[in-house]
Amino acid sequence: MADAQFGSAAPLPQGGIDDVELYHPHSWLTKYVFSQDAKIIAIQYSMTAMAIGLVALVLSWLVRLQLGFPGLVSFIGPKEYYQLITMHGMIMVIYLLTALFLGGFGNYLIPLMLGARDMVFPYVNMLSYWIYLLAVLVLVASFFAPGGPTGAGWTLYPPQAILSGTPGQEWGIVLMLLSLILFIIGFTMGGVNYVVTVLQARAPGMTLMRMPLTIWGIFTATILALLAFPALFVGAVMMLLDRLLGTSFFMPAIIEAGQRLRYGGGSPILFQHLFWFFGHPEVYIVALPAFGIVSDLISTHARKNIFGYRMMVWAIVAIGALSFVVWAHHMYVSGMNPYFGFFFATTTLVIAIPTAIKVYNWVLTLWRGDIHLTLPMLFAIAFIVTFLNGGLTGLFLGNVVVDVPLSDTMFVVAHFHMVMGVAPILVIFGGIYHWYPKVTGRMLDERLGQLHFWATFLGAYAIFFPMHYLGLMGVPRRYFDIEGLSFATPSVATLNAFVSVVAFLVGAAQIAFLFNLAHSLRHGAPAGGNPWRATTLEWQTPQTPPPHGNWGPALPVVYRWAYDYSVPGAAQDFIPQNQPDIRPDRSPGPVAAPA
Amino acid sequence: MALVLVLIALGSIAFHLLSPWWWTPIASNWGYIDSTLIITFWITGFVFTAIVLFVAYCLVRFRHAPGRRAAYEPENRRLEGWLTGLTALGVAALLAPGLFVWNQFVRVPQNASEIEIVAQQWRWAYRLPGADGRLGASDIRHVSDENPLGLDPQDAAARDDLVIDADLHLPLGRPVKVLLRSTDVVHNFYVPEFRAKMDIIPGMVTYFWFTPTRTGTFDALCNEVCGTNHYAMRGRVVVEGEAAYSSWLREQTTFANFAGGGERGRRVARREAPPVR
Repeated sequence: MADAQFGSAAPLPQGGIDDVELYHPHSWLTKYVFSQDAKIIAIQYSMTAMAIGLVALVLSWLVRLQLGFPGLVSFIGPKEYYQLITMHGMIMVIYLLTALFLGGFGNYLIPLMLGARDMVFPYVNMLSYWIYLLAVLVLVASFFAPGGPTGAGWTLYPPQAILSGTPGQEWGIVLMLLSLILFIIGFTMGGVNYVVTVLQARAPGMTLMRMPLTIWGIFTATILALLAFPALFVGAVMMLLDRLLGTSFFMPAIIEAGQRLRYGGGSPILFQHLFWFFGHPEVYIVALPAFGIVSDLISTHARKNIFGYRMMVWAIVAIGALSFVVWAHHMYVSGMNPYFGFFFATTTLVIAIPTAIKVYNWVLTLWRGDIHLTLPMLFAIAFIVTFLNGGLTGLFLGNVVVDVPLSDTMFVVAHFHMVMGVAPILVIFGGIYHWYPKVTGRMLDERLGQLHFWATFLGAYAIFFPMHYLGLMGVPRRYFDIEGLSFATPSVATLNAFVSVVAFLVGAAQIAFLFNLAHSLRHGAPAGGNPWRATTLEWQTPQTPPPHGNWGPALPVVYRWAYDYSVPGAAQDFIPQNQPDIRPDRSPGPVAAPA
Repeated sequence: MALVLVLIALGSIAFHLLSPWWWTPIASNWGYIDSTLIITFWITGFVFTAIVLFVAYCLVRFRHAPGRRAAYEPENRRLEGWLTGLTALGVAALLAPGLFVWNQFVRVPQNASEIEIVAQQWRWAYRLPGADGRLGASDIRHVSDENPLGLDPQDAAARDDLVIDADLHLPLGRPVKVLLRSTDVVHNFYVPEFRAKMDIIPGMVTYFWFTPTRTGTFDALCNEVCGTNHYAMRGRVVVEGEAAYSSWLREQTTFANFAGGGERGRRVARREAPPVR
């Protein structure tokens, strides 16, 4: 590819990378390990995230073992229980969901969907992955450190996070904070890349308002992350200083086990503000890429343009902006000034409006469509159901006074698992079934996929829907044992056992998925370049899987938006974004592209 | 798939109506909270059922068949406008009662009597005002084996305060303002039957209020993770009539006469976790 010839249709956009300028790998090591190719980095991110995600899955099994069958195994005591829930939560939110959506899907799809050759800063992109891997390794190291990992709860509230009454005070919390700091450094390197690539390296003709919603979701989520993670960074650094050097950023005067500690004057609630200033946007850092991806899955597999594209874009932007002014709805009963409740309840419920618009538009895209119930489509529909359910229970918790009895009960656990656990993970699965053919050139097995889908979707719903009612009853979260609670009837134990059994089954169903990923790599049916007959650019690459540089000698030129499905008068039911005329047999010519 | 979605919608409603898991009978004035919750159930339940059934309908009606082609309709401003408007209306219908009740939650009635709950890993202690009707000064500097709550021994108002190291008793029908104090980490005082709860932050005093409306004995839980024995940090609140309450009150000791402090303090220093019941 050294003799690059560029397309004559349009000049390169400013900042676009010429193929000859790319650093092409010279050895196996630089091609597959220290790779600067965003696609390889995407696969590295995804595999690491899924590996650590499997750890989190096993942890959740152990949590459910204790909750469903208290005392059945002797190796889970209260100390271990709190370590399990803490590590499960932190891994899932940060090291799996954030890394997989942005590092995985972001790296793979941004250059390909925008018609770029690679990320704008490939070397920094490579560093981003290796620092992420280091962060994961530091996290894993805490399992083997003296005292074990921290059991402070994933929210890491001081003072307890760094005091001796909490498991993992010796090493666990220190490694946890260090790992978070590393993760944020690594993420920032990737995040800068995603934003700059979207702004600078789009193919000719790819205006912002022609971008697929997947890219809008990832782009906006990355901006949120770049603005929100620094708050967590600051919190982590300060808490680390409190723990190691005895400063008192978050530590007031404390009597611990009868002894006065040498802390004083700090504010525990300040940490909570910093944490949730990050923590709430984090929800949308996970949700917005899922919103974007699911829009494209629904549109492609319903053979219909996404309904209300412009509204969808503005909804993403509005949700992103509003997500920065709702954080204290996690703190209604934190002891902050109660008058904050009026403001944060209002902003929180207002955010439901753009979110509802998105749900309506997904559903209206199905209306009068040509619905193919492929695996990606099944996962997309399952996402709509679970996200709708989780979003609506958010209206309970966001409405300050309703939150008062429900906060920190199993209702909250059920809500956030449904809305930011189950729903985004269903999108991740849908996305993998959708793009695996492009990544590998082969289809995933349909029958294994069906098994995986039905077990995961129905199982997850059966786990988390009934759980809300335990919280309504008053069953608190983060309780190692609810033995002795007078209001918890024996039927609560029955329900807990049922939930645990279903959770074991759902976890086991993931084996079918992993086997499918490995098996189809060699034995899957050949996919061809565009098996779903999709419009977006990643399906129009000259080769599948696309090589380094993606496009061969000439960058694609974009003539239309990403959703020209079933256009009246067109020969086929889809028109690729880089096709100038609606009739594919016509030679490319100057055509006024519809907006 | 469509059939499954219909079953999910109807099954969820059936579960909601038939399941044995529901809130505990209320024992405070916060019936308004329950009402707001019910309104929320109605509105969200309606939206959930409607949308899931609509999706199910689409899956049947517009499923792929040979020769079928999707419609081409990028936008429909009118429809989008209507849906936005209706959603805003629904949100307002949730928010208005919510904020109305919150306005009561944040305004403590003038006649509320003050009590104090002091949390520490992993037990509860309580303080009631003495004969002077007010709680005296306290500071964490004063905490010792003999003075686990850190009351100011120089303050006359503190010396007559009642220090309670067992179940908390409350008189029926009188509003209480609960002041919350922690000597170590963040805790939360939660009695499900009262609905109200609040975090307890070391270094500051937080509060909430309620009026007990039903006699009985209720479990109090710590509801903010506070370390290894968080799940075992439980207490008990007894709500009783005026006569029973007065006789209980007479049996309580003042801070000045608090004899059990030493033994209790030493127990705490050894960090004996309370027994799990």
